[in-house]
Amino acid sequence: MAYDTIIEDDIDVLVVGAGLGGTGAAFEARYWGKDKKIIIAEKANIDRSGAVAQGLYAINCYMGTRFGENNPEDHVRYARNDLMGMVREDLLFDMARHVDSAVHQFEEWGLPIMRDEKKGTYQREGKWQIMIHGESYKPIVAEAAKKSADQVFNRICVTHLLMDDNQENRVGGAVGFNVRTGNYHVFKSKTVIVGAGGASNIYKPRSVGEGAGRVWYAPWSSGSAYGLMIEAGAEMTQMENKIVLARFKDGYGPVGAYFLHLKTYTQNGNGEEYESKWFPGLRDIVGKYIDHEPIPTCLRNHAFISEVNAGRGPIHMVTMEAFQDPHLEEIGWHNFLGMTVGQAVLWAATDVDPKYENPELTTSEPYVMGSHATGCGAWCSGPEDVSPDEYFWGYNRMTTVQGLFGAGDAVGGTPHAFSSGSFTEGRLAAKAAVQYINDGKGEGISVSDTQIEKRREQIYQPMETYKVYRNHITAGTVNPYYINPRQGLDRLQKLMDEYCGGAGVSYMTNDKLLNIGIKKLGLLAEDWDGGIAAKDIHELLRAWELKHRILTSESVLEHTLFREETRWPGYYYRGDKMQLDDENWHVLTVSRRNPETGEYSLRKAPIYHIIGDEEKKQKKSAPKKKAPAAKKPASKKTVAKKPAAKKAATKAKT
Amino acid sequence: MPTYVHMTRCDGCGQCVDICPSDIMHIDTDIRRAYNIEPDMCWECYSCVKACPHNAISVRGYADFAPLGSSVRVRRDEEKGVIAWRIIFRNGKKDWDLIAPITTKPWGEGIPDLNTVEGPGDSMRDSQLLYNEPKYVRFDEGGLHTLESNNLVMKEGVYY
Ligand SMILES: Cc1cc2nc3c(=O)[nH]c(=O)nc-3n(C[C@H](O)[C@H](O)[C@H](O)COP(=O)(O)OP(=O)(O)OC[C@H]3O[C@@H](n4cnc5c(N)ncnc54)[C@H](O)[C@@H]3O)c2cc1C
Ligand code: SF4
Ligand code: SF4
Repeated sequence: MAYDTIIEDDIDVLVVGAGLGGTGAAFEARYWGKDKKIIIAEKANIDRSGAVAQGLYAINCYMGTRFGENNPEDHVRYARNDLMGMVREDLLFDMARHVDSAVHQFEEWGLPIMRDEKKGTYQREGKWQIMIHGESYKPIVAEAAKKSADQVFNRICVTHLLMDDNQENRVGGAVGFNVRTGNYHVFKSKTVIVGAGGASNIYKPRSVGEGAGRVWYAPWSSGSAYGLMIEAGAEMTQMENKIVLARFKDGYGPVGAYFLHLKTYTQNGNGEEYESKWFPGLRDIVGKYIDHEPIPTCLRNHAFISEVNAGRGPIHMVTMEAFQDPHLEEIGWHNFLGMTVGQAVLWAATDVDPKYENPELTTSEPYVMGSHATGCGAWCSGPEDVSPDEYFWGYNRMTTVQGLFGAGDAVGGTPHAFSSGSFTEGRLAAKAAVQYINDGKGEGISVSDTQIEKRREQIYQPMETYKVYRNHITAGTVNPYYINPRQGLDRLQKLMDEYCGGAGVSYMTNDKLLNIGIKKLGLLAEDWDGGIAAKDIHELLRAWELKHRILTSESVLEHTLFREETRWPGYYYRGDKMQLDDENWHVLTVSRRNPETGEYSLRKAPIYHIIGDEEKKQKKSAPKKKAPAAKKPASKKTVAKKPAAKKAATKAKT
Repeated sequence: MPTYVHMTRCDGCGQCVDICPSDIMHIDTDIRRAYNIEPDMCWECYSCVKACPHNAISVRGYADFAPLGSSVRVRRDEEKGVIAWRIIFRNGKKDWDLIAPITTKPWGEGIPDLNTVEGPGDSMRDSQLLYNEPKYVRFDEGGLHTLESNNLVMKEGVYY
């Protein structure tokens, strides 16, 4: 084939995918590594790539400790509560203690953050969210990354990580192809920070036909962060913890500002409040978790799904009261224009004026990602000063592959990071990656020409397949020797929907269904390997996105089968194990796919909770329940931090 | 199709091709103008609409659930630092303009070049701090939060 091979050698820090996590990594790497070679390889154009391409109207993770609002441990409690206990609290604490510094820098860079004039603080949307005019959020953080990086390679679809041939389980860079020129790109690097984002389009979307691009997470979120790391043999965690979102119907417009700031609320088709009546029944599944405040996202979904299945849909968002206030009405619309324009397009097209009509809501198809109310991703080391031994192996945010780091959706167990937290994780990973190099851990890496050649062949194989078999048929897309990427994607979505708890089956699955799903996915993976065809470079991009989605899905199926309980009713149900089971499953799930054989192994990892005064109080008042015995004696320190916080808060006001 | 290109306005400059995150704005080789090659992978993100120097791109809602006849248009101006939207309902009853700031500073000028910022010393490297910290991370002017400073411990098990 006529495509050139372009080699970029001697890279110190390679950032794969520059969304919010990747731009944070590239920016920060320069500070710690003045002399380092920092390169970005990005599938699209970093000015408008990733989940934040169209902007955001809120920053959903901001402590406000400067204004005496929250401390990092408050956020840990919140995220732990929302995810029914299943989080990496060391990583969360670490992210939360740094996130404010990122947000304040955004403001200095020109991002318009709204202010509460009376308090002098940022304008709060909710306890954790602040409001921004964020149409240009992405171009602004991209500018910062561009200033730091030696070079940005836009339009490179990264397909594989390179591995060191000298030392097992050590990364050596990445390869991919340019979606414009078709050229083969090789990046040899001492470290790689993967920020390639989460996955949409794994499950059959509710939209059909032309509207299939109307998914909640961007259609270009191809699960590449997972696909790349899984194939390299990195351990993954919580991949069963996919997310379902309650959103405005069809447009998937966000509801956060509506609930929190505009104070709109939901009701069923008869105009009744419905949520609370499902809570007693939920107690049978999740026990005391239903009493937690705020009610976990998945449990609210459960009430929504159950009410609709009981025949009392549709669920409406009551906007007609709030929207009588012209100021709030404007905010309601700006909220969409700033981050989900399609919802505004839809309301205009259907003459839905929320001032005079309460719009419908829906529950979405599931998504696999790790920065929203969900924590799929790689099993990463935490920071030295916080993490217990099981969670620490030398470098913050490093996966179980040496020199391979993650940020944002790529990192598992860290829900509620959102845009700001993902950027922060990128910064943390960058500092650690530079340290790794300075410690000499990246010395002597060798990536053989054989490895590079093998990957080249694999990358273009779908185009070869097309060339060879295209002329067996007269015309059209039906060929006995191959399928095209769209046909493969349709098959993936159908099987994930039916066997792994998609919207089409009300999020229900069980061990038998999952086993069939694994088998069918295996066949799809085989078809991909021998019979995926790409007629041009654009289809080659779609073929590799599909590959990453298949690898992600396999991991999701395996994890869902492994966790024998229903931990998150409303995200998915294991019909054969309808109970939340703290006795056996108050653990994180960790998997590894053997890169040689493709075989999966899974294990349980312990959960460490951060314990402070709050928990001690709670424990005293809670009814005695059998809990696994503590291994270490609890800390004796009980000094209350609260009064100090209050004092500072009043100080900040004056 | 979600985005479409007005024949008489497009000059084939390729700005939309350069920016589309989904790689679906392509130049048709016969007419040398842009078009959306894969509408079912379009997010209606408006990145191309905002980038087109000739306002040649519009969005028509997805055919499977959006009726014909409305419009949502936009103009983004980096120099003025604003974005202006116009929403027109299908029935014409609502027709309004909404405007929002996109930046508070001259474009890009508030962003530091870390090549020219003084580098970290050894103690900074050995600490848990990031660039520009501990600025902004606490209200009491203390250092970074740690388990110790916040009177916390990490404990295995089910505790809450
Ligand atoms: C509709 C919506 C609303 C949201 N609302 C908010 C909000 O109000 N507030 C908030 O804080 N957060 C919000 N979020 C969440 C936030 O956008 C994400 O948490 C964040 O963007 C995740 O960062 P990331 O770096 O992991 O992924 P992304 O930002 O998605 O970046 C991934 C990057 O990797 C690139 N990439 C992918 N595959 C490859 C490959 N194979 N090779 C090379 N590059 C690749 C992509 O092009 C992209 O640039 C919202 C998200 C959505 C979709
Ligand atoms: S940016 Fe506008 S003028 Fe340029 S090619 Fe695209 S549609 Fe045509
Ligand atoms: S609206 Fe977005 S996804 Fe659709 S063509 Fe334009 S840039 Fe691409």
